[in-house]
Amino acid sequence: MHVTSKDFDEKARAAIADDQLQMGLFVFGKIFPLMRDAKAAELPEFEGLRDSARDIKTNVLENLGTYLDAFEARAEEAGGRIHWARTAEEANSIVERLCEEVGAKDIIKSKSMVTEELELNDHLIDKGYSVVETDLGEYIIQLRNEKPFHIVGPALHLNAGQVSDTFYEAHKKHGRTEKVEDKVKLVEEARIVLRERFKNADVGITGANFLVAETGQIVLVTNEGNADLTATLPKRHIVVTGIEKIVPTLDDLSVFLRILARSATGQDTSNYVSLYSGPRRARDADGPEQFDIVLVDNGRTDMLGTPVEEMLRCIRCGACLNSCPVFSTVGGQTYGSVYSGPMGAVWTPALASVSSAAKLPNASSFCGKCEEVCPVRIPLPSMMRHWREKEFEAHLTPSGQRWGLGMWAWLGKHPSLYRAATNLAGIGLRLISKGRSGKRLATWLPFIGQGWTQSRDLAVPQEPTFLSQYKEGRRR
Amino acid sequence: MTENSSTNGKRIGLFATCLVNTMRPRVGFASLKLLEDAGYEVSVPGDQTCCGQPNYNSGDRESARDFARSFIDQFKDFDYVVVPSGSCAAMAKVHYPRLFDDTDPEKADIDAIAARTFELVSFLTDMAGLTSIEGKNTTTVTYHDACSGLRELKIKQQPRTLLSSIDGLEIKEMEDAEVCCGFGGLFCVKYPDVSGEMVRKKSDEILKTDADAIVTGDVGCLLNMEGALARRGERTRAFHVAEVLAGLDKEDAS
Repeated sequence: MHVTSKDFDEKARAAIADDQLQMGLFVFGKIFPLMRDAKAAELPEFEGLRDSARDIKTNVLENLGTYLDAFEARAEEAGGRIHWARTAEEANSIVERLCEEVGAKDIIKSKSMVTEELELNDHLIDKGYSVVETDLGEYIIQLRNEKPFHIVGPALHLNAGQVSDTFYEAHKKHGRTEKVEDKVKLVEEARIVLRERFKNADVGITGANFLVAETGQIVLVTNEGNADLTATLPKRHIVVTGIEKIVPTLDDLSVFLRILARSATGQDTSNYVSLYSGPRRARDADGPEQFDIVLVDNGRTDMLGTPVEEMLRCIRCGACLNSCPVFSTVGGQTYGSVYSGPMGAVWTPALASVSSAAKLPNASSFCGKCEEVCPVRIPLPSMMRHWREKEFEAHLTPSGQRWGLGMWAWLGKHPSLYRAATNLAGIGLRLISKGRSGKRLATWLPFIGQGWTQSRDLAVPQEPTFLSQYKEGRRR
Repeated sequence: MTENSSTNGKRIGLFATCLVNTMRPRVGFASLKLLEDAGYEVSVPGDQTCCGQPNYNSGDRESARDFARSFIDQFKDFDYVVVPSGSCAAMAKVHYPRLFDDTDPEKADIDAIAARTFELVSFLTDMAGLTSIEGKNTTTVTYHDACSGLRELKIKQQPRTLLSSIDGLEIKEMEDAEVCCGFGGLFCVKYPDVSGEMVRKKSDEILKTDADAIVTGDVGCLLNMEGALARRGERTRAFHVAEVLAGLDKEDAS
């Protein structure tokens, strides 16, 4: 997984300066959380469903092998084939081989963040295949050669004008010479162009929201309908999905279906919920001739039994992104990883490495809103803290910060020196402070304090520390 | 302090927090007043330092454990430990027990002290049973729900109940009162651009209410919002909830 989170600060600055992006972030950061809260409030059992979802997933993770074996057996009984991929490379080669088997040229795709994680598109395109994303948002960012902005809304950062420009350039070769600006017409244009791709595709690749162990079915939860076309029109349907997506039974599935759309987009349910098992039968009107499921590990089993195991409960609803004040300030691309926001801050170090993703678990004010809304109750801040501990242990924390923390800890063990240091700090602050707006303000601070005075002043007290005044006998 | 016949016999150790100690001493004195007025005998152990949050949240778990150990030394003999900060109180109450395994010798002490530790306003309402505060104040305030207090200690209604009981005081709720102000401990200096933008948005919401003052329960968040408003040239005042409850907000801002 390619991670460029080292550039977080630079990208954050650019994102904050981008008025168009900020407008989009403002709307989405307000509306999705409001809708989520409204839908949750409508359902008295919502909190109970979250508990059930958490418990189901906990059981799954404790017995992952058992459920995966059951899933494999049922899926094969239905005529599907299961392929196990330990790494991204393995997964990509399996998909490539499956495409080769049917002499494919044109591949259509839908609904799979895990293939973004695997960078499957690049792999297949390198091997000479034509690969087209069919989710509208994914399609747009594919044309623009960008990474997804958000796991649920990959192109949420773009406005109609930008999409219009993109389509105008990209669709010329499809004989569309008129520039379209209207949103409805833009969707229509994408539909017309994509329709040809649907008809001609040899292979359809989708992800899966859930895998049902009891029935061997894969479940797709979508709003656009393109995933169903991708799954049914081409002669081969390849499902690429993470092993953690398993749920034991159809009853369990219903729990997740009731919280997923509500948490993600504030819908009661998504437009489409489709369950697939096996290729078309003799009397089926449609469906693929072959049905293959690639079950991807890519670091997931390494998370089992560790403090980040609970992250494997994630159902990719994006609620933590929608409600995160950092995400809604900087947007998804700032994170430099397929998975962004709070969930990405935990996933990315697990799947890539702590060193390559060090910026991410720190890019949180620990406000706890993500944990408050997570439908499967993942303690996201604690897990980010876990990665910070790993960074600290590995001496990846910036040396200035390490030194400062060491000093602070040392003062903590020497209370008289702690008092002397805080007294001194107070005196220093008073010396550099100036009177303004009826307050004494420091407008510039040295060292790490520069980060503070970049966008705010510091109100400085004109009295000695509380502990020294108390020691002198002041009580009130 | 001297024994006071009005005390209920329960002894409180006040943990002043680093930011109260250094940046807002008056919050410490306001806390003393509020707790004593509620009938408790209050002391401030002189060798207290920091709760260890900067180290804990930066991944320096070992140092955080040292801070927790010195917290035990300072406060083990009190009936309650009260902290005028949601985040420092949550550090002791919620996070200290997570720093020690059952096999650690300090485990029993830390669990016991965590159970006796409270944030100031929630202590006054939930433990001391206070429902109103004597006083007169004609200020209009808007209250910011600091994250740790809100989400880790469920402090939401308590400060509003006490503030609104003050004769003449009006609370004007801002939109997004529960959204983080961007302080986040070291977050504000490690990610100054993001933090600066978060507090800019917060300031917008504060200003929209036209309140005379922003009030909150954590000095860190308070300094963040106060500093951002001051940088913008705004005269909106900023108080810790204890200052307003103790009637100390009418004195000159120190």
